[in-house]
Amino acid sequence: MATSAFAPNARGYYGQFGGAFIPEMLYPNVEELRTQYLDILADPAFQQEYQQLLRDYVGRPTPLFEAKRLSAKYNTRIYLKREDLCHTGAHKVNNTVGQILLAQRLGKKRIIAETGAGQHGVATATVCALMGLECIVYMGEIDMERQKPNVYRMRLLGAEVRPATSGSKTLKDATNEAIRDWISNPVDTHYIIGSVVGPHPYPDLVARLQAVISEEMRKQLLEKTGSELPNYVVACVGGGSNAAGAFYHFLDEPDVKLIAVEAAGHGVDSGHSAATSVLGKPGIIHGSRTLLMQDEDGQITEPYSLSAGLDYPGIGPLHAYLGDSGRARFIAITDDDALRSVAELSRLEGIIPALETAHALAALDQIGAGPDDVVVVNLSGRGDKDLETYLKYAEKLTEQK
Amino acid sequence: MTDGTMTKKYLMKDRIKTTFEQKGKKLLNVYFTAGYPTLEATVPLIEAVTEAGADLVEIGMPFSDPLADGPVIQHSGTVALQNGMNMRVLFRQLQGVRQRVPDAPILLMGYLNPVMQFGVENFCREAAEAGVDGVILPDLPLDDYVEEYQEIFRRYNLRPVFLITPQTAPERIRRIDELTDSFLYLVSGPGTTGSQTGQDSTAQEAYFQRIEAMNLRNPRLIGFGIGDKQSFDRACQYAEGAIIGSALIKAMDGVDDAPAAARQFVQSVLN
Repeated sequence: MATSAFAPNARGYYGQFGGAFIPEMLYPNVEELRTQYLDILADPAFQQEYQQLLRDYVGRPTPLFEAKRLSAKYNTRIYLKREDLCHTGAHKVNNTVGQILLAQRLGKKRIIAETGAGQHGVATATVCALMGLECIVYMGEIDMERQKPNVYRMRLLGAEVRPATSGSKTLKDATNEAIRDWISNPVDTHYIIGSVVGPHPYPDLVARLQAVISEEMRKQLLEKTGSELPNYVVACVGGGSNAAGAFYHFLDEPDVKLIAVEAAGHGVDSGHSAATSVLGKPGIIHGSRTLLMQDEDGQITEPYSLSAGLDYPGIGPLHAYLGDSGRARFIAITDDDALRSVAELSRLEGIIPALETAHALAALDQIGAGPDDVVVVNLSGRGDKDLETYLKYAEKLTEQK
Repeated sequence: MTDGTMTKKYLMKDRIKTTFEQKGKKLLNVYFTAGYPTLEATVPLIEAVTEAGADLVEIGMPFSDPLADGPVIQHSGTVALQNGMNMRVLFRQLQGVRQRVPDAPILLMGYLNPVMQFGVENFCREAAEAGVDGVILPDLPLDDYVEEYQEIFRRYNLRPVFLITPQTAPERIRRIDELTDSFLYLVSGPGTTGSQTGQDSTAQEAYFQRIEAMNLRNPRLIGFGIGDKQSFDRACQYAEGAIIGSALIKAMDGVDDAPAAARQFVQSVLN
């Protein structure tokens, strides 16, 4: 991918988006990572350990499943990339396995992370338990409430979960607190960011560690359809790590249409939304210049989505660039439509998806795929963590579209 | 207006240089957030702290997501935003401040995003018109400053101030010193503003002495974790002065007369 038109430049920019807008207190840590991450990732010993853990611990490769009943409903050929079958229940662990090995090679003893839905927090707590490293996860107070099972899982795994009580008390604020922790612990701590956000090199690092998703897709598609290339790849985007992984090895294949699905919340124009590609303009969040939901004074506004993993007021700089350049198409899906897709997939295929993932599924009737088209939906996570929400909205779940 | 006349217009005074040259040591720089505790407190507070003996004033431009700040300054920013503070209001308040406070350097401190949305050139022009001397934007990267903003800052004779931490490498300190024509902001230790950063550690002393031994062009002020006379006096042993923010803001918490509380606080540090 060194020649990709969508790789960041030396200063971490994807077009006008990216960079590293960080206070001096973070500079040495980020610089250490920037100067070393490519060498470490390319090191055969690292790759051997990483691939072995992906296979034996995470359970890769994950299946590519032809969803026949769903395909019949939408009159196209739909394949589900089963990231929900990864250990811990979502794609997030691909990144944390890679970053924990990176942290060990950087000599770090203490791991911090932010989490929204709790999937990245669980995936981080899991690999810290595996490696015997101290783990502190910051989570918005509101998210701790709506994703309780994941809070318990993290604690069971030995992590300390610290509530973020400022601002909207969700993912953005958890990320602020994690960054402040890193400022206060500049020597022994590695910050495992969970998405393709943050200062360079994080967006590129996380995208590379998630790229295994599309790498596997190409091989599996060849086997099942006779071509490595699908017509569409569909993935949900909060910060955008599962989408980055699902798109990565198709970025330079212009015939593959990339569909990024954001959370519209109550509706894009309702004032309660997280559809950054529509509502955002260029600004700086968490060390990166990207599309950002903000008011006219440049204050970051509080996004809304029923899904704790998608209510982030920015998107990764790669995605901002994919949208800006027209490479990816963005679609926004409401809470209600996502909930209906939860029920639909559960009943048609026997798979209960995460609420985040359901946004991607709900876009299926908008992408314009025909009967002969091959559509891959990245099934980024399973729905167990959302059962309480699904119970609460049981009526909406079974409404007809 | 041509660049030439602009430069002339804003080149009248170098208050920062004059202040350091005249006093030389034990300079007190105080920070407070614009629009806190009340929207219109900004200018009365500038007057109060300078009358009480503060040598420089740093005015915080509130931001929704202040990454480098601890809980006290975060809270003051939240209150200030609720009070209606923004860039336009701040520049309106600062009109005429130089008639009341002619000599003390005034610096604006904040985060890049609100400045970018206001427009960097607009920001610099308004700041210069108001008599602001310097700007501290902790999340503005050095390379971006040099490539995109240095020329604009110079045109309006605004001095950037950059932070140095115990982890900043010597060659980077040299580069920061070269890019600076005001003072260096020495962050006392690891942590956000207002945190207690190990005030008695020998590591901290070694850090201050290491910087001192570099014989840099610019004077230094030590900030973060300085909060009273004792810590101020101690910091002044290693630098030309120190910066106090969170402790001053705490001193104004819940009082009826914020300028009086600020005056009293500054006096308690200096006397």
